[in-house]
Amino acid sequence: MLNLMFKRKKFSKVWDFPGFLTWTFFFFGFLYIPIVILVIYSFNSSKFAMIWTGFSFRWYEKLLTNDDMQQAALNSLYVAFVAAPCATAIATLTALVVVRGGSFKSKEFSNGLVTLPLMVPEIVTAVATLIFFAFIGINLGLINVMIAHTVFCIPFAYMPIKASLEAMDPTLEVAARDLYSDRNSTFRYITLPLLMPGILSGFMLAFVISIDDFIITLMVAGGGSTTLPVYIYSMIKMGVTPEVNAISTLMLAFSIILVTGYWVFSKKS
Amino acid sequence: MKISKTNAIEVQNVTKIYGSGESSVKALDNANLIIYDNEFFTLLGPSGCGKTTLLRLIAGFEDITNGRINLFNEELISLPPNKRPVNTVFQQYALFPHLNVFENVAFGLRRLDKNNDFVIKRSNEVLELVQMQDYALRRPNQLSGGQQQRIALARALAPEPKVLLLDEPLSALDLKLRQAMRVELKTLQKETGITFVFVTHDQEEALTMSDRIAVINQGSIQQIGNPEEIYEKPSNQFVANFIGEANLILGKCEKTGINGICKLQTGHKISINIPDKFNKDDNLTIFIRPERIKINKSKGSSLSQIQEFTYLGNAAHIELLSNGVSVNATLPIDKVKNFKKGDKIEIEFPKSFAQIINT
Repeated sequence: MLNLMFKRKKFSKVWDFPGFLTWTFFFFGFLYIPIVILVIYSFNSSKFAMIWTGFSFRWYEKLLTNDDMQQAALNSLYVAFVAAPCATAIATLTALVVVRGGSFKSKEFSNGLVTLPLMVPEIVTAVATLIFFAFIGINLGLINVMIAHTVFCIPFAYMPIKASLEAMDPTLEVAARDLYSDRNSTFRYITLPLLMPGILSGFMLAFVISIDDFIITLMVAGGGSTTLPVYIYSMIKMGVTPEVNAISTLMLAFSIILVTGYWVFSKKS
Repeated sequence: MKISKTNAIEVQNVTKIYGSGESSVKALDNANLIIYDNEFFTLLGPSGCGKTTLLRLIAGFEDITNGRINLFNEELISLPPNKRPVNTVFQQYALFPHLNVFENVAFGLRRLDKNNDFVIKRSNEVLELVQMQDYALRRPNQLSGGQQQRIALARALAPEPKVLLLDEPLSALDLKLRQAMRVELKTLQKETGITFVFVTHDQEEALTMSDRIAVINQGSIQQIGNPEEIYEKPSNQFVANFIGEANLILGKCEKTGINGICKLQTGHKISINIPDKFNKDDNLTIFIRPERIKINKSKGSSLSQIQEFTYLGNAAHIELLSNGVSVNATLPIDKVKNFKKGDKIEIEFPKSFAQIINT
């Protein structure tokens, strides 16, 4: 007992462990230094990405006049704004069935099946989707991308929604039924508001995953339906100019704003 | 005690089985009882005895396996919970965390489509009834356990249910608060005139609050009666042991009739009413409460010796060994202050308090 207390005392702060601080700095360094450098070099006036010559907004100005890039960015937003809500809606219904649907035989199996795409290598999903679209003969350009994104975003939206549904006390729904609420109004006034934070984070995750996706989009997107990540990739093939840095910085800023907005919102409620 | 004899709830041959096949569990077995209007009725029993199941069946949260439940002579079973004019106070309160206190209380009224003026008036009225009108705009998580309890009560009372169901509502409170809430609940029931069906495993709670009690064990109703009947005349050994402390002493019938005689294993021969259905030499079990036993200083050849003497403040608990049989007695302190462990004493089983009890 005394020995234990002594040990506790010695390591009462986690950074007292030998090497902890060093490893932590390495870890965060590897994670974030490349991004910081990328952001800094987006303000480089040089034509070459890695040689600093001076501060300038030159590459951002260039982006503003780049119609292809803007079209790609718009495409990305179109896809995300269709795919994320669709995926979130389907994920919400799925979670409701799995968590609140009582006990049915294929419950665990269904749960596994929904989350399996998280484990399947993305390249496999991408090739399979491409072949599938070709097989059934759907060729609707951007709509193909939207369908593909909706499908692979479902498990991402599903995880947080399921988690928050599991954390919700089912007695609350019983109490609502007791207080003259039918099934629909119980869902509307109790389940849905309490599930909202989960649904929002599911949506956020799906949205970011959709905006971010490269491999599947590269396979599925035909000419004219290029999204931003695919466009950036094609730019890099022609040499890394600070324009790539600028566009990446903008995407990063967009993600940060989105996450911050969600964080502020969820703190408020 | 004023009890109008209108039947509020009739439970008829109710059986509830959870699960199916080999894993099925019989939670209630052919239960029958009547709860009168205006009554504080308690379902009392150990955990897992089926008392909460019965409450949930009345509320409509479970499907009935067999039997019938009537509410003021109307069949209840076919209605979903939202169509039943009964409300529940849940064990963990189940207040809606995203709504403030006022909206929690108003929830039932709003779902009943009452007009807004009425909802506001009635909700404030009920909040006042539980003395929580100053907390209307708080969220449930900003309230203490006792305050949440009051809001849960107010929420369930607001729609003026015909019967209020309470599922161990005091078990999450600390002792002092629990005792205060007992009195308040009882007062509230008298003031509102609503029939209360109260579930508890606490026998003291049941005895102090109820007009009538149903003791339940292993899915069967053991006894229904007012607190005095349950305590003084338990119908079987389970009830005798579950409600308070009991001495159950084996004996042999020597003579039946009003002035029957029974020879106890303690060595005592007592006079007791033995119904004629018994015969001479039948084995009997005699029940007597520890506080009903009388003790005198030994005049000589006594059978009983004090094994343990526990001081309780206003009383003393004495554990006796009499002819190898253990007997418990609880006595006012001034009657026993001269006794100590090891003393030989005379004990007496007053005829009016000793009775034969079924196994």
